[in-house]
Amino acid sequence: MLEAYFPLIIMVVFGFAVAFIFMLLSQWLGARRGTKEKQTVYESGMVPYGNARERFSVKFYLVAVSFIVFDIEVVFLYPWAIQFKELGIVPFIAVLIFIAILFIGYFYEYKKGGLKWD
Amino acid sequence: MNDLLLTIIEVLIKGMVLVTFILLGAAVQVYLERKISAFIQGRIGPNRAGPFGLLQPFADVIKLFMKEDIFPKLAFKRFHQFAPVISMGIAIVVYAVIPFADPVKITMADGTVKEIVMGVAPNLNIGILFILAMTSVGVYGLTLAGWSSNSKYSLLGGLRSAAQMISYELSMGLAIIGVLMICGSFSLSDIVTHQKGWFWHWNIFAQPLAFIIFMVSSFAEMNRTPFDLPEAEPELVGGYNTEYSGMKFGMFFLAEYSNMATGSILLILLFFGGWHLPFPQEWLGLQTGSIALGIVQLAVFLFKLLAVIFFIIWVRWTVPRFRYDQLMHMGWRMLLPLALLNIAVTGIILFII
Repeated sequence: MLEAYFPLIIMVVFGFAVAFIFMLLSQWLGARRGTKEKQTVYESGMVPYGNARERFSVKFYLVAVSFIVFDIEVVFLYPWAIQFKELGIVPFIAVLIFIAILFIGYFYEYKKGGLKWD
Repeated sequence: MNDLLLTIIEVLIKGMVLVTFILLGAAVQVYLERKISAFIQGRIGPNRAGPFGLLQPFADVIKLFMKEDIFPKLAFKRFHQFAPVISMGIAIVVYAVIPFADPVKITMADGTVKEIVMGVAPNLNIGILFILAMTSVGVYGLTLAGWSSNSKYSLLGGLRSAAQMISYELSMGLAIIGVLMICGSFSLSDIVTHQKGWFWHWNIFAQPLAFIIFMVSSFAEMNRTPFDLPEAEPELVGGYNTEYSGMKFGMFFLAEYSNMATGSILLILLFFGGWHLPFPQEWLGLQTGSIALGIVQLAVFLFKLLAVIFFIIWVRWTVPRFRYDQLMHMGWRMLLPLALLNIAVTGIILFII
């Protein structure tokens, strides 16, 4: 059973090795004439104002939290979807109830404005 | 032991061929993108390097390798270095589970018949899950690139790409469930085998809603216009790759184009019958497992792939970019409930039939 995953491991090593070599080549082959101005970050040609470690919108966190909830839902549905034909009608109704409960949560978040972006 | 060695050699050869084709494919896509955009905008496009400018992408790659690799002073050097490696590595690894044709049977010198699968590990029973998992990891590349550059444009681009990709991953995963309910397998080979025969067996006719949701979400996952907000040039300069130069910038570029190919391949495998002709392949009179049939299937696959890629490029030069709030509303308020509805409707219809 586990032998089937063996080519996958080789491919993972291979893919990252290629990417790693590309990165090293890029550092070795290119010219290296760093000046002070060149090494500042780009801010439309102006002298950079502070750095980028500032506060940003909380909406990004909200999206991440909602994502986790719904992604777990998706993962729960996968095994059922594969066995859909064998399992028959009772698990299907169970899944419908499961989706309905999640939909209540979704509706609550919708009404609370958690999915609103402005 | 001997068997293990043979498998290692086989996988290594396949891996090398595959990586070569991924890199070449990215070059071809860059060329196509530039030529087609030129055609749409009434320009000529690249025509100096080689015949019809065919060598342009290679000239670009050589140029990028020779460019200076700049580290911003404020950047976190390690993360800044490895973000493109993650992006490109993931983009290559995803191809491991993709099948390109039916297995081909080859008679060895000692008379034994050896079955060669077209792909590195296409029969893996978690094919689709693996691809979804890897695209999730791919978000790290962009987000780390944006964060570690310590530039405001990069940070915004990285955050945007993270939020966008995780939002659309949901509807993408839910849209696939409809297909899985019909086919009953995670393995991409099984899903394609399920669609063989006449073209109305293709999943697009059984799952039209899932197809639309999947297509829109994969556009968002690939960061293609109309969803290219992570790198929106007029607003964010270049988004997460603003502070990258040389081949590290090129690696993000390569990853993006090979992700575009992955998205198109998934679209074909899940909804357009993969490598199957629109009519029963028995009509060709070719034996199952013969090399000739393998070549025909590869050609069909390539043709479909080019058609989908042409469509994607066409969309880029036709549709304007979304605003960010519109993008989020579409992902969370339209596609997610629609995808859930699709699962319920598919289940009910499958029970009635």
